[in-house]
Amino acid sequence: MNTSATFGVGTPSESDFRDTRDGDMSDIGLTKGHVTVGSVEIQAAKITARGVNIFYGDKQAIHDVNVDIGKNQVIAMIGPSGCGKSTFLRSLNRMNDTIDGCKIEGDIRIDGEDLYSPKLDVVELRARVGMVFQKPNPFPKSIYDNVAYGPKIHGLAETRADLDEMVEKSLRRAGLWDEVKDRLFQAGTGLSGGQQQRLCIARAIAVSPEVILMDEPCSALDPIATARIEELIEELSHNFTIAIVTHNMQQAARVSQRTAYFHLGRLIEVNPTEQVFTNPEHSLTESYITGRFG
Amino acid sequence: MSKEPIYLEKIQRSLVGRYRAERAFRGCGMLAVSLGLAAVLLVFVDIFIKGTGAFSATYIALDVTYEKDLLGIENLADQRQVNSGDWEALYKQALRRDFPDIRKRGERRKLYALVSSAAGYDIKDRLLANPGLLGSKETLWILADDDIDSYYKSWLDGNAYTARLTDGQIRVLDTLINTERMQLHFNANFLTRGDSREPEQAGIWGAVIGSFLTLMLTLVLSFPVGIAAAVYLEEFAPKNKVTDFIEVNINNLAAVPSIIFGLLGLAIFINLFQIPRSIPVVGGLVLAVMTLPTIIITSRAAIKSVPPSIREAALGMGASRNQMVLHHVLPLALPGMLTGAIIGMARALGETAPLLMIGMVAFIVDIPAGFMDPATVLPVQIFLWADSPERAFIEKTSAAIMVLLGFLVTMNISAVWLRKRLERRW
Amino acid sequence: MHANNLLLLLLAFAAAAFYVGRGRANHIAKLAGGSRQLHSLPDYHGHYTALCCGLPAVLLLILWIIFSGHVISAMVLDSLPAGQFLGDPGGRELLANKIANIAQGVLPKANQPAILVAAAEELNRLTQISRWSVTALASCVSLVGLIWARSRITPELQSRPRVEASIKYALFFCACVAVFTTFGIIFSVLFESLQFFQSVPVVDFIFGLEWSPQTAIRDDQVGSSGSFGAVPLFVGTLLVSAVAMVVAVPIGLMSAIFLGEYAHKSVRAYAKPALEVLAGIPTVVYGFFAALTVAPFLRDLGQGYGFSVSSESALAAGLVMGVMIIPFISSLSDDVITAVPQSLRDGSLAMGATHSETVIRVVIPAALPGIVAGIMLAISRAIGETMIVVMASGLAANMTFNPLDSVTTVTVQIVTLLTGDQEFDSPKTLAAFALGLVLFLITLILNIIALKVVKRFREQYE
Repeated sequence: MNTSATFGVGTPSESDFRDTRDGDMSDIGLTKGHVTVGSVEIQAAKITARGVNIFYGDKQAIHDVNVDIGKNQVIAMIGPSGCGKSTFLRSLNRMNDTIDGCKIEGDIRIDGEDLYSPKLDVVELRARVGMVFQKPNPFPKSIYDNVAYGPKIHGLAETRADLDEMVEKSLRRAGLWDEVKDRLFQAGTGLSGGQQQRLCIARAIAVSPEVILMDEPCSALDPIATARIEELIEELSHNFTIAIVTHNMQQAARVSQRTAYFHLGRLIEVNPTEQVFTNPEHSLTESYITGRFG
Repeated sequence: MSKEPIYLEKIQRSLVGRYRAERAFRGCGMLAVSLGLAAVLLVFVDIFIKGTGAFSATYIALDVTYEKDLLGIENLADQRQVNSGDWEALYKQALRRDFPDIRKRGERRKLYALVSSAAGYDIKDRLLANPGLLGSKETLWILADDDIDSYYKSWLDGNAYTARLTDGQIRVLDTLINTERMQLHFNANFLTRGDSREPEQAGIWGAVIGSFLTLMLTLVLSFPVGIAAAVYLEEFAPKNKVTDFIEVNINNLAAVPSIIFGLLGLAIFINLFQIPRSIPVVGGLVLAVMTLPTIIITSRAAIKSVPPSIREAALGMGASRNQMVLHHVLPLALPGMLTGAIIGMARALGETAPLLMIGMVAFIVDIPAGFMDPATVLPVQIFLWADSPERAFIEKTSAAIMVLLGFLVTMNISAVWLRKRLERRW
Repeated sequence: MHANNLLLLLLAFAAAAFYVGRGRANHIAKLAGGSRQLHSLPDYHGHYTALCCGLPAVLLLILWIIFSGHVISAMVLDSLPAGQFLGDPGGRELLANKIANIAQGVLPKANQPAILVAAAEELNRLTQISRWSVTALASCVSLVGLIWARSRITPELQSRPRVEASIKYALFFCACVAVFTTFGIIFSVLFESLQFFQSVPVVDFIFGLEWSPQTAIRDDQVGSSGSFGAVPLFVGTLLVSAVAMVVAVPIGLMSAIFLGEYAHKSVRAYAKPALEVLAGIPTVVYGFFAALTVAPFLRDLGQGYGFSVSSESALAAGLVMGVMIIPFISSLSDDVITAVPQSLRDGSLAMGATHSETVIRVVIPAALPGIVAGIMLAISRAIGETMIVVMASGLAANMTFNPLDSVTTVTVQIVTLLTGDQEFDSPKTLAAFALGLVLFLITLILNIIALKVVKRFREQYE
């Protein structure tokens, strides 16, 4: 696997963690053995993460993260660049496996099943936990084939009609059907950026995952397309558990029920979104949302 | 509706087959790489096994008496006497003495045929170098004929090849072997002589020199022109149709079959410009034209890898474009260009087809002394020997291939070394 | 004076001119009050003078080298009484060669007709005159250039831009060598092919089903006409190339996929260059390997199973050619496969696709244009490959699609037709050029399409 290519897309590179030395932390109010403030545990958790440490080679990117992700809820992960939020997100469907030298410690469970147990099947896991990336990455195939990709590889559709139905359903749920129904067999790469991203969401939900991970899904889009995606996230949250990483605090405030604030690889605070943005418990969170750094 | 257990079940059911397909695919990949590597190994081992024999040759020990009467020579300083001397009579006499039972004319002739036809000259050289030996007797190791060489080497391997020998000859050979008068010695002839119709006398030195002369000319012609063209295209060329046309030409020429360049050489250099056939000059010209696109392409890559900041710095100091290229870009791009030139030369060294078209396929015994002497080159020599019916040429061919591969490996390793040594990372 | 010596002399003149020009410039600068007063540095004035001195004279010399031989030989031939040679151009050429050989002493004068000896002496005399006159003329031209340039040196003379412009033209000329080469190729194959098509109609050549180029030397021999239907050659070429591609495409592509997608970095670091060794082995070595190892092996193998495999089978040549092409396909495919963005792989893996599903359904389709272009370049190489087929496949122009039979190819026939001793203008040798034209056109089309596709592919992902 070509490492440079792997690091290139949506993944923090090693240099982003260079300043994760313990010495600097006291300056910004972070102690070495930081304990996350707020409500880590919730009822009806879909995913539970306990004591998660993630390393890239010798560099530690994530330090002792504990958090629950509630079922059919949207959790937003915010924090300054290089804080490890994307890394943590990728660990939730084991996309970090594709990166050489990435090592994970701790315990992550989905419905009580250990994600990193040798018995767990990655293919099955990823079918249950879908992912949408920072940059829209439709396959160089037709719109139809993009959405049909998941059902095809997993053998979900018995007949062509089944498949057609799945494709239509997914495109409708992604709010793209009306725009593309007349050109289903044209290349997906020919769509606009926002449409491409919604296509990628349609592709992800075509296999009916339980959880959708979104890694800054709007960072490459214009405001109008962003608004469409945000609406879509809101709609999807009725049926799916969603974890979204974002740089945009307004977005986090708009779409999520809970917000987790990451700083230098540590999870500082998890609380209901309203509380995080109005009355943060930790001073670092406050500094970040008031724009003192980020 | 978020959880559709039917889906999950379907996915779980599909997994066994999909993982089997995954393993099969991976296995196919591994198989493909192994096949490729096995092919490399097979070619090298096959050539090596066939060729090592050629570096030794069979010699027969004979008690040669330098009799004046037999030679018909009184005075070794007399050139005319030396030239007309019956040098072959010496080893013939020795053979007769060793095998007195063989009397019949035909059988005698078969007996004499055990020794290489060059043996007379070897004896002559020996005596001329040591004139004091005239009249005395000594044991000489004399080069055997190629059929004997084949027989003895195959006998050593336990599977004697007797096809081209008579029963009488085999009896004689067995006697020689049993009395330890037949031995393998290092085959200096192979490395120092030119081509010959007789396999035991054939050598590659003529072809090596021919290759050297041809490649020298190729390098001298194509390297400067290639660099100049690359500099023009990278540093001076405006973005227009003419430049595009030149680029398309270069890229296409790099993929034109080499034999077409042979046709070009035949029609233009030989028929139009009247350059004589078979000489390194015409070979060098054809190979230069052929390697030029490669050199241009690699040189352009080397120039491209020089960061623009250096160019801007030089231009910012008030240097002209020429000065910028000459003082800054070229020195930095030179290692890459040299590497490209070595790789181009390695390719030219192995090239055969176009040289067949321009007459470098002639049978040439003499070692070429200059660019205008008829010559052949190593790969063509290999082709010529591979075409020869004599069994002994198989091992000569393989050995010549070993020498050629040796040169190629050396050139490629030095290119890699040069790149590692001089390459600068930006 | 001999051309080489004259060239050295002219270069020496140019070198001297450099010092003259620079000295003059320095002198003028001193008079004008320092070299800051000059437009260009004294060195540039020196280069300018050297260029004016050397360039015209060297160009003159080059023209002389190209044309003098032809002119002198034509003059000598014209001075001979008519009837000495048969009116056709071939006879004229032979005679010219003969006279030249007598003149150089290659043929002894003693047993040649007196008229030819006289012609040879005339040739020598004219050559001498021409040599001395070109020496004198070139020297004069260079001296005039020197004096003219020196007289022009003033503080205002803009010699730097002139020198740099001439360097630029020289570089441009070098870049154009590739264009000249292409034109040279077209000219050489087209010209001879047109001559060939005068005696053999194009349609017969391209669609004819029988190839037996053995024209008789004397008219009264049997089968004197020869037939030049090239279809059997095309079929043979296609057959051998097809076998080669059947070997090379799967192995090359799968190797590239394995090394690029699966293999550990350390394995890739050794296996990739090891595979590329195959590309560095000279084709004559493959030819030898095919003819002496693979072909007998296949023949014996076939006998073991009751097949009759020709000892010059298309299979043997094709197999070995395929091995030669493996690294070609694998490195081109590797380039395009690694150019496929990682985000596409991530997208597929995140859907729960296995690695092989990702490769087969996403990576390969994305890289397909580049892979196809690579295969086209490989086909063009297989069609043009010469030594393997010359050594391992036969001369018999069989029309067959059975790879166990012996076939012949376009390149084999070009080599065979041109390596014997024959007159240059016989249809036999001209046929080789016609075949060369076909070969050139086919490979040119394949290359142009492939290079375009590759270029577009690169732009798509950059």
